[in-house]
Amino acid sequence: MSFKQISQIAGSAMSAQTVRMNTIASNLANAQSASGNEADTYRARKPVFAALAASGQGEQQLAGSRVQVLDVVESSEALRKVYEPGHPLANAEGMVFYPNVNSVAEMTDMLSASRAFESNVEVLGRVKSMQQSLLRLGEG
Amino acid sequence: MSIDFSKAVGIHPDALRLRAERTKILASNIANESTPGYQARDLDFAASLRQAQQDGGDGLALDSGADALKYRVPFHPAQDGNSVELGVEQAAFAQNASDFQTSLTFLNLQLKGLAKAIAGQ
Repeated sequence: MSFKQISQIAGSAMSAQTVRMNTIASNLANAQSASGNEADTYRARKPVFAALAASGQGEQQLAGSRVQVLDVVESSEALRKVYEPGHPLANAEGMVFYPNVNSVAEMTDMLSASRAFESNVEVLGRVKSMQQSLLRLGEG
Repeated sequence: MSIDFSKAVGIHPDALRLRAERTKILASNIANESTPGYQARDLDFAASLRQAQQDGGDGLALDSGADALKYRVPFHPAQDGNSVELGVEQAAFAQNASDFQTSLTFLNLQLKGLAKAIAGQ
């Protein structure tokens, strides 16, 4: 019985969703971090997930893919350019650059990440009770 | 006269093993809910159980490997190629877990019966 692998699968998903939450928190926190030039402006970060197929012999080879965070990439969307001559960071033309963070998209992404995390917690809980009842096999 | 234990307990040990295997597959579907390009899979439980019984009692009769795994046809295909539908997977997972408990209960009852037979009650 491969309960250990199930826990590993659910655990990998939970840590992947945590990374996703981290980037969302960072994006939302920096949504208003203005900058005077394009290069220094914060860009929205997104994690890239990939399925990691289980490798092994016989029984273990069968199925079950863990989640792997391949990379965290910066969004290539255009930055928000605002004319604010009074801003202390404004450049010579009076322009200020704001990060390309879409707060609404980040909020919905956050809901989706926390829901996915919870589903995996549920999986872990259910697997734990399956394992425990298997241990009680033959008792009383 | 002797009791053949593997015959006495019937289909349920195989069923339990397959249920555990299927739990892993469904858990992996749920885990990869937001992985782009991931294809949800499942095993044909009836066919796998038949196979497991034909191959005899020893060892896990799942050596047909990944061929036994089928891809889920999604109701609403997603654009990023991910075919996991959380509701479907959660329902399958819950059903599978309660079927696991059912097999376990049957096995427990059979073991109790055997214990009584051995004790001569």
